[in-house]
Amino acid sequence: MGHLSYEESKKLVYKGLVLLAVVTLVEVFFSLLGKGHIIAGLEDYNWLAYVVGLILIVLSLYKAYFIIYDFMHMRYEVKGLAVSVLLPCALLIWAIIAFFQEGTSWKNRRELIKEKDELPAKDQSKENLQGMMLEGKVVEFEFRG
Amino acid sequence: MATTDTVIEKQGMQNQSGSAWDGGNEPFKASYGKLMMWYFLLSDAFTFAGFLIAYGALRFSSPTWPVPDFVFSTAPFGIHDAPLIFVTVMSFLLIISSVTMVRAVQEGQRENKNGVVFWMLLTILGGIGFLGCQAWEWTNLIATEHMTVDVNPFGTHTEAGVYLDADGKETEEVIEVGDSYLIHKAGAGHGEGDHGGDHAAHDYSAGDHAGYFVNEEGFIQRKFLVTEGPDAGMVKMESFGPKAFGALFFFITGFHGFHVFSGVVFLFIIMINAGSGLYMARKNGHEMVEKIGLYWHFVDLVWVFVFLVFYLL
Repeated sequence: MGHLSYEESKKLVYKGLVLLAVVTLVEVFFSLLGKGHIIAGLEDYNWLAYVVGLILIVLSLYKAYFIIYDFMHMRYEVKGLAVSVLLPCALLIWAIIAFFQEGTSWKNRRELIKEKDELPAKDQSKENLQGMMLEGKVVEFEFRG
Repeated sequence: MATTDTVIEKQGMQNQSGSAWDGGNEPFKASYGKLMMWYFLLSDAFTFAGFLIAYGALRFSSPTWPVPDFVFSTAPFGIHDAPLIFVTVMSFLLIISSVTMVRAVQEGQRENKNGVVFWMLLTILGGIGFLGCQAWEWTNLIATEHMTVDVNPFGTHTEAGVYLDADGKETEEVIEVGDSYLIHKAGAGHGEGDHGGDHAAHDYSAGDHAGYFVNEEGFIQRKFLVTEGPDAGMVKMESFGPKAFGALFFFITGFHGFHVFSGVVFLFIIMINAGSGLYMARKNGHEMVEKIGLYWHFVDLVWVFVFLVFYLL
């Protein structure tokens, strides 16, 4: 690239190794913390799961930024190249919002159907039914509501 | 690829003073190959994003979901109850091979042929190591824990209760809401190393038994007495976890593994070419090494998100 001297860029690479390794370990630590593996009982706090989730997503995005900008040298490319590659990814933000909303809606509808399935069936009043006797049982064949 | 590059280089030399329509221009000051690699990676990013978003949508749509630190808690050499440890090792392998790839690209830019070959070789070893780990992980899930594309034996309790023993009597084993379980298969080791070990002692013919139900495939669904909630007092049996989990897991990690595998193949080819001096002759700072480097870093980048979605969250 010629933007950094050879020695400088070599140093940067090993800095990157340490950085990615440490961030990964921190991620694993937070993930286990949120699930109650490090301090038992923490998994019962609902808000903690959201905080940990947010931390994990931010750290992963930071790792992605580091890999793209330093390892893949996006930092040294023309701005137009970076924009034409990275900007389309913004579309994914909407995809994530829309599909997660959709998933939640599937769940709610399934629960609604389950709830309604469990309701006792309405009593059909016998007067409205026309039927016939067959071997001592009433066989209903028509409903004239 | 090799011929295209040479043609473009020649055109570039001939058309130094031509108009924009004569070709040979380099948009964004990047060569054709590098620019197209970036756009390929963009499209690939969308493919992976589509899969991971589908995973998210299905996970949100399901009342329960297998807990990753329960599902992924085994490692080779008989290690159990070590949540996420093995997969962290896998992540480190990819990170390290990414770093060695950066070194290979740097040596390429200084036209150091031997340096390129050395660092690419280490990168390839990292990639093969990752694939080996993934093969072990899959084997463990399929052969030991009996998860397949449409059977997911990893379930989660939604009601509190106590387990019943083989004769249908209550045991001391208390169930809390949110507890995970693995439905074991009769007559097979399950690799979990804890409760319910002595399968052979009971009758596991398919059908209903006092303390458990054995389905046609031989999965033993243990029964439990519900102690809280509207169904308190009822005896229920463990149900299978959300079916989509197995298919999503095998498909998405498999697709990523396929990328790693093809990356290893291309790295190998380019390493041989670099060793033969092919890229020295081109005098373009081993651009081919830089291009495969972009691809290899992308594989690492995707793993960052697969790791986040499947294992951490």
